[in-house]
Amino acid sequence: MTDDVTTAAVAASPATSSGPAGPATRASARGAGPALGGRRRSGAAAWRKRAEITFFVAPALVLFFMFVVWPIVTAVQISMFKWKGIGPLVDFVGLQNYVSVLKNTLFTDALTHNLIIVVVSIAVQLPLGLGIALLLNRKMWGQGLLRTLIFVPYVLSEVVAGVVWRQLLVPDYGGIDAIARALHIPTPQQGFLGTPDIALWTVLFVLTWKYLGLAVILFLAGLQGVPEDLYEAAQLDGASWWQVQRKITVPLLGPTLRTWAFLSMIGSLQVFDMVWILTGGGPVGRTSTMATFLIYQGTKSQAFGIASAASVILFVIALVLAVLYQQLILRRDTHPDQPRRKAKR
Amino acid sequence: MTRKMRGGAILALSATIALLAAGCAGSGSDNPGGGGSPTAAANADAKTITWWHNSNTGEGKDYYDKVAKDFEAQTGVHVEVSAMQHEDMLTKLSAALQSGDPDQIPDVFMSRGGGELKNEVDSGVTRDLTDVAADTISKISAFTGQYTIDGKVYALPFSMGLVGFWYNKDLFAQAGITDVNPAPTIDEFNGYIDKLKAAGITPASVGAGDKWPAAHYWYYNVVRECPFDTVEKAIADKDYSDPCFVKAGDHLEDLVAKQPFNDGFLSTKAQEGPTSASGLLATGKVGMELAGHWEPGVTGGLTADGKVPSFLGWFAYPTFPGQGGDPKDQMGGGDAWEVSTSAPDAAVDFAKYLLSDEVQKGFAELDMGLPTNPAATDSISNETLKQLIPVRDAGGNTQLYLDTRLGSAIGNPLNDAIQQVFAGNPGPQEIVDALQNAADSE
Repeated sequence: MTDDVTTAAVAASPATSSGPAGPATRASARGAGPALGGRRRSGAAAWRKRAEITFFVAPALVLFFMFVVWPIVTAVQISMFKWKGIGPLVDFVGLQNYVSVLKNTLFTDALTHNLIIVVVSIAVQLPLGLGIALLLNRKMWGQGLLRTLIFVPYVLSEVVAGVVWRQLLVPDYGGIDAIARALHIPTPQQGFLGTPDIALWTVLFVLTWKYLGLAVILFLAGLQGVPEDLYEAAQLDGASWWQVQRKITVPLLGPTLRTWAFLSMIGSLQVFDMVWILTGGGPVGRTSTMATFLIYQGTKSQAFGIASAASVILFVIALVLAVLYQQLILRRDTHPDQPRRKAKR
Repeated sequence: MTRKMRGGAILALSATIALLAAGCAGSGSDNPGGGGSPTAAANADAKTITWWHNSNTGEGKDYYDKVAKDFEAQTGVHVEVSAMQHEDMLTKLSAALQSGDPDQIPDVFMSRGGGELKNEVDSGVTRDLTDVAADTISKISAFTGQYTIDGKVYALPFSMGLVGFWYNKDLFAQAGITDVNPAPTIDEFNGYIDKLKAAGITPASVGAGDKWPAAHYWYYNVVRECPFDTVEKAIADKDYSDPCFVKAGDHLEDLVAKQPFNDGFLSTKAQEGPTSASGLLATGKVGMELAGHWEPGVTGGLTADGKVPSFLGWFAYPTFPGQGGDPKDQMGGGDAWEVSTSAPDAAVDFAKYLLSDEVQKGFAELDMGLPTNPAATDSISNETLKQLIPVRDAGGNTQLYLDTRLGSAIGNPLNDAIQQVFAGNPGPQEIVDALQNAADSE
């Protein structure tokens, strides 16, 4: 659902930003002409301007309403009913579905798992990705090959990667157990995906493997933007490699890191495909996420009201976190001249 | 400049209108209210009926195509056949039923009974067949119980099977189990497990990752420990306080404690690939697996040569000393034909034709299932499958898998609680509590 919001926002933004710009310049150009019946003229121009804006924004708005607003409204509507997926919406229950979702330990567990995935993803992938990016940014033999190898998992479809890892992790018959046997390392009897205490960490390992490449590539791209002369100046001043990274590279990489962390956070909140394929949320619900919970409730239990309520809750959580992040952290990148930044200086 | 702009504006306007129109069209057909007028579709074209089934490969598909053609030749009513993969069919069916649009709902379609059927009856999409198909119903009356709601029959079962243990005769022989009892006691069954273990063979596989294969053990314990009427009454009254339900969980805990299952059974799938529970049985890695009448077909798809393994044998679920249930009772389920309320009468005739001696015999000869028409039971060609018929028709009651019976809103929390016991967590009482809570909030 949040995915729709971001795509729609992206789709809508060029229209809204370029829309007013065009007519505005034309209007002011016309205003510079002879002032004949100025008031009425300018009134008509303003009306026309507004009409033009409406006009050009309309297609984007229609798409936005069709594919973003309408589904959200429908989800909110269904979340107020007890609905098994067949027949009309008649059994109105108000906010009861929300209460039962929030009271359901399966959902609160899933929420906890999501938060663990958010924190661990950032805490592990940030230093690891940054370290690898810094290493790969130096001139060395096989640089291109290494970059490709790191990025390959990200290019693979999530479903394909999930199925492959599932096969590798099958107890007794999978590749991982075969390697462990050869090295005489004991493996859990229920397997890495079947042991309740290990399953979530196994999923996190696979997610890290999958998404580390994205972090590395983004960080490498960010590193290209650090001006070479800063490094030269630092070198002249006799700074060590470590000092250069700490004082120049990382601070200047800030916007990239913050944007990556934002994407990682939103992605972690919505994580579904990989978990669904690896474990289906099991064993005994120990790897469930909010997305697997709502899919399970909707498609498997035919509890569409509960599923819709869960999806609305997931949407609100993602939206609130996204807005907070935007306001508190990303703002310094998007509005560098805001007072907050100035005051700091 | 202005001219150019106007041209662009017209283009944008037409695009907007087109999009708006598309938007309206989309939302119109998605109306979950499902108003529509059923009569319009019923009268639209009684010369054509639509039929959805899931025999979408090989001989089964060809046979059903022939059945449709034969019906057309006899009656002049054209049958539009949609043969779909099972999961696809379920998805498409639920979408069609959700739409409430008579044009989208097939006239004759497959039903699995239980809570699903009840939902469909409640929302008025499926036709009462009690009177219109009375002859057929009297012929297959032994199996219509699962499709009867408030004394009315809403679907005609065409295949009814049993759950039991499918075992590897070779591995059993290797473990020194020479005389396998077709209806063993729990002590005999535990003896099989001990002997298999002693011979270094994993006794059983279970796809607890998919939950339902694991849940089948508890359901069967319920069939054994609770008299049939007790279960029926519990479901009707939504009261599961009878101690027999806890006893079923006790037996399950005892079995799990014996550790008869394959490594990693908590994440093992039911039927997907060679490392699934069925795959392990098919490739000779385990001694046995609890599964339904579909198992020969499933294992056949998981062997290297694509054939049903020749080592496959079958015995019934073990009985417990002093159990509350009739030892003749079994757990099983089947498939039935439903007719939608918007369908023309010809659809009822077609559903009846599908249950005729002639069609059911052909169905049995191809081992497509276990026919419900008594005239066809002798036509089953697979010897192992044939073993199920006397057990099924011994005169006991057949209880439907409880998750299907109760509907997924109750069945899923129940299966979750059963999986906890498989994970080694305490739970005979917790299973009953989960069942009771889910039933209360229905």
